Amino acid sequence: MLPIFQYSMKTLLEVEVTLYAAIFYLLGIIILTATGLAVTRRQPVHAVLYLIVAFLGTAALFFMLGAPLLAVFMVIIYAGAIMVLVLFVIMLFQRSPHEIGLVPQWGPATLLGAVFLAVAVIMVFKDPGSGIVLQGAVAQPRDFGRFLFDRYWLAVEIVSILFLVALVAIIHLGKRRDAGDNERERRVNPIRSSTGASDLTG
Amino acid sequence: MIVPLGHVFLLAGLVFAMGLVCLVARRNLIMTLIGVEVMMNAAAIAFVAAALRWHLMEGQAFVLFILAVAAAEISLGLALVVGLYRRTGSIDPDRYDILKW
Repeated sequence: MLPIFQYSMKTLLEVEVTLYAAIFYLLGIIILTATGLAVTRRQPVHAVLYLIVAFLGTAALFFMLGAPLLAVFMVIIYAGAIMVLVLFVIMLFQRSPHEIGLVPQWGPATLLGAVFLAVAVIMVFKDPGSGIVLQGAVAQPRDFGRFLFDRYWLAVEIVSILFLVALVAIIHLGKRRDAGDNERERRVNPIRSSTGASDLTG
Repeated sequence: MIVPLGHVFLLAGLVFAMGLVCLVARRNLIMTLIGVEVMMNAAAIAFVAAALRWHLMEGQAFVLFILAVAAAEISLGLALVVGLYRRTGSIDPDRYDILKW
C-alpha cells in the first residue's frame, strides 16, 4: 500500500457528509436514467446523446470518488472523442438505420440480464465488506502519473502498441478500393459484387 | 463517510446489466457497440470504488487502461461496421448471409 492517497476530506462536518451522500445518489439516479434511456432508444443518435449525459455523470462520480484525473479523461475521451466519433459514423450511413428492432429472442436475453443482476446483487450484499463506508480520499494527478510510469510503464507501452495496431487495421479497413482491386473482388466473388460495388462508389 | 461500498457496486451492476441487455437484445450493430461501451463504463465505476475502498492506486491505473482499450475497440468496431455496410448495405447482423449455403 502506498501513501499516495491524501486524506483531504477528513475534517468534514456531518452536514457535508450527508451532502456527499446526496450527491452520490443523485448522480446514480442520473447515470441509471440516462443509460436506461440510451439502451432503449430506437434511433442511435438519440442513444448516443443520452449516453453522453451518462458519461458526464460518471465523470462527476469519479471526481467524487477521488479520481480527478480519471474524471477529466472520462470527459475528454469518452464523452468527447468516442461519442463524437460514433455520431459521425452514424452520419456516414446513407439511410437512417433506425428501423431495425430487437432480435426475436429478446425475451431470453433480458431474462439473462435480470438473472445476472440478481446474482450480482446477492453476491455484493452477502459479502460482509460491502457495508464498509468509503472514506474520502483524493489521488492527486501528479502522484497518479508518477505511480503509473513507475510501476506500469510497460503496460503503457503495450497500450501504445495496441493503438498502433488499431490504427493500421482501421486504415486498412477504411481504404477505398480502386478499380483494379474492385475488379479482382468481382471475379473472386460474383455474388457480392452486385451490392458491394455500387456502395463503394457512394 | 460518503456511501457504503455495496451501493457503488450496486450502481455498477445495474449499469452493467443494462449494457448486457443492450448488447444481446438489440439488432443494430451500432447499438451493440454502445452496449459494450456501457459495460466498460460500469466496470470502470467498480474499479474506482474498489481503489477508494482499499486505498490502492492499481484500480485507477486499470481504469486508465480500460479507457484506452475502449477507445481502440470502439474505433475499430465502427470501422468494421462501416466496412460491412459498404459491402452489404445493411447494419443488421441477420442480413449477413454471404456465407450461408
